[in-house]
Amino acid sequence: MSFFLETLIGGLMSGMLYSLVALGFVLIYKASGVFNFAQGAMVLFAALSMARFSEWIPQWLGMDNLFMANVLAFAVSVAVMFIVAWLIERLVLRHLVNQEGATLLMATLGIAYFLDGVGQTIFGSDIYKIDVGMPKEPVMMLENVFEGGILINKEDFVAAFISAMLVLALTIFFQKTATGRALRAVADDHQAAQSIGIPLNRIWVIVWCVAGITALVAGVIWGSKLGAQFSLSTVALRALPVVILGGLTSVPGAIIGGLIIGVGEKLSEVYLGPYVGGGIEIWFAYMLALMFLLFRPQGLFGEKIIDRV
Amino acid sequence: MFYRENGQFKTSYKSDQQIFPIPQDRWAIVAIVALAFFAVPMMVDEYLFRAILIPFLILSLAALGVNILVGYCGQITLGAGAFMAVGAYAAYNFLIRVSGMPALGAILLGGLTAAAVGIVFGIPSLRVRGLYLAVATLAAQFFWDWAFLRVKWFTNDASSGSVSVADISVFGWTIDSPSDKYLFCLGILVIFSLMAKNMVRGSIGRQWMAIRDMDVAATVIGIRPMYAKLTAFAVSSFYVGVAGALWGFVHLGSWEPAAFSIDRSFQLLFMVIIGGMGAIAGSFFGAAFIVILPIFLNQLLPVIGGWFGLEVSIALVSHVEIMIFGALIAFFLIVEPHGIARLWSTGREKLRLWPFPH
Repeated sequence: MSFFLETLIGGLMSGMLYSLVALGFVLIYKASGVFNFAQGAMVLFAALSMARFSEWIPQWLGMDNLFMANVLAFAVSVAVMFIVAWLIERLVLRHLVNQEGATLLMATLGIAYFLDGVGQTIFGSDIYKIDVGMPKEPVMMLENVFEGGILINKEDFVAAFISAMLVLALTIFFQKTATGRALRAVADDHQAAQSIGIPLNRIWVIVWCVAGITALVAGVIWGSKLGAQFSLSTVALRALPVVILGGLTSVPGAIIGGLIIGVGEKLSEVYLGPYVGGGIEIWFAYMLALMFLLFRPQGLFGEKIIDRV
Repeated sequence: MFYRENGQFKTSYKSDQQIFPIPQDRWAIVAIVALAFFAVPMMVDEYLFRAILIPFLILSLAALGVNILVGYCGQITLGAGAFMAVGAYAAYNFLIRVSGMPALGAILLGGLTAAAVGIVFGIPSLRVRGLYLAVATLAAQFFWDWAFLRVKWFTNDASSGSVSVADISVFGWTIDSPSDKYLFCLGILVIFSLMAKNMVRGSIGRQWMAIRDMDVAATVIGIRPMYAKLTAFAVSSFYVGVAGALWGFVHLGSWEPAAFSIDRSFQLLFMVIIGGMGAIAGSFFGAAFIVILPIFLNQLLPVIGGWFGLEVSIALVSHVEIMIFGALIAFFLIVEPHGIARLWSTGREKLRLWPFPH
């Protein structure tokens, strides 16, 4: 029982991390109809920038304070992600308005390759450490409820907490601020939004900036777990089933989808994996998402797709 | 001036409906194919065969298959690499497990297996559409990546899924030299392209295109979506599977699952979109672009670095290479979102009027 609970909680925690990446997809898809394959590359880019600047800034300034270095590196990385977002909108997306979904998808794949290349050219291609002081040691919990208690990684706890905070902040931003309302208007109908005077291009830059920040947060958390390295860009592929399971247009969907996929992955790997040779996590997530799609083609919380002839 | 069809009157339906109704086109195609069969093997050296021509031919075949599904039937797929893998490994199993199996038979059976698998993974397309489907097809990619790595039966108990095939022979013709391999692939490609061209202008191709343009409307006028979509999946997977078997048997000789990874799927989709969706010629243009570009960049970058007195390391070259590759793809999509095939047809329109402006 305690082993099951441990697996379950582990799954929920990693699910939160998946939703963090999935959130980036959803934000951009909602506001601009672009399925952003470059989200993984953005996570990698942000993580590399964070790792390297937190290393370089103390050298440049000659200071020895880990906290200050991290804060400065984070600020610089935010600026870098803003510049990336602005450039993407300015140089690529602005010219591809009204193109088909597949073309836009391919364009973001091109951006993904570009970012992978640039990131590794500027920041180097080794594995870098991100040390933001996340607690590493596991803790025992519920010792009086079960025999032996359950072992939980504190780091996962902090990560899940940060993800939850980010989601809360985004929800407030979307629901309560004027910009958030404008974003939702653009998501509903480009033309109608434009006709009441919402500047489309600026909105898109904002959305990509927000997606850049979620990429940065995801990059820092994943990076401090796994190290900032090239394989981070494949995190996006792990998060894709989350997006389609939850629905491409739904923020809560990204969270709940993430939790379902996280738990499903872990449980299947532990209880099903040994029978078929292990390593089934990655395709099992896709199969799980596919099963859900067969019953709800627009994902769990996606907007209903209505066809008009 | 030379490319003009006025004065050419069609007097029968047959002559109006041939594949290339304009004689100039017909002769140009015949000339290109003849050139490819007879002149090219005499002119080029071994490196060019291995590095460019053979990959180009095989990937064109795969791109043709993907184009049937994505360009003609409108079902976006990100799992084409998996069907190449299925074709390659199925052909391998037919070759070693069935005694006396001819290589060509194994390759075609590999294609048929891929077609069957394609139908199974095409079933979600009946419910799921667009980008959801694109992501759903990734399930096929990851599943088969895993299966060929972990399920030992598929790879005859080879470690890490790496298998190898000796030089094959077809009807007593042993295909071992690069020019033989080139001719073999070229022959298959020509036959398959002709088949594809005829399919897409026949009844089934029109059904695919109707489904692509608007599936609800197509259903209303009496096209069965299930039949149309699943045949598209089957035909496309057959092409891609045969290409995969050729990639393994002829180009690589020995391979492992990583040869058909997700990058391959992206690459194939790139070819179709850059070449031109819904155009047979587009598959060739796209394949040529994607095959030649990395080699070109790889050769060019150290030279450019040399001009500025920079020592360019191999790692840097590979990073700058993917950077420029990505940028070029985005650039290309902006300049011509409909692909090289559209540029080609615009050029042809211009040529018809030349030297007059209108």
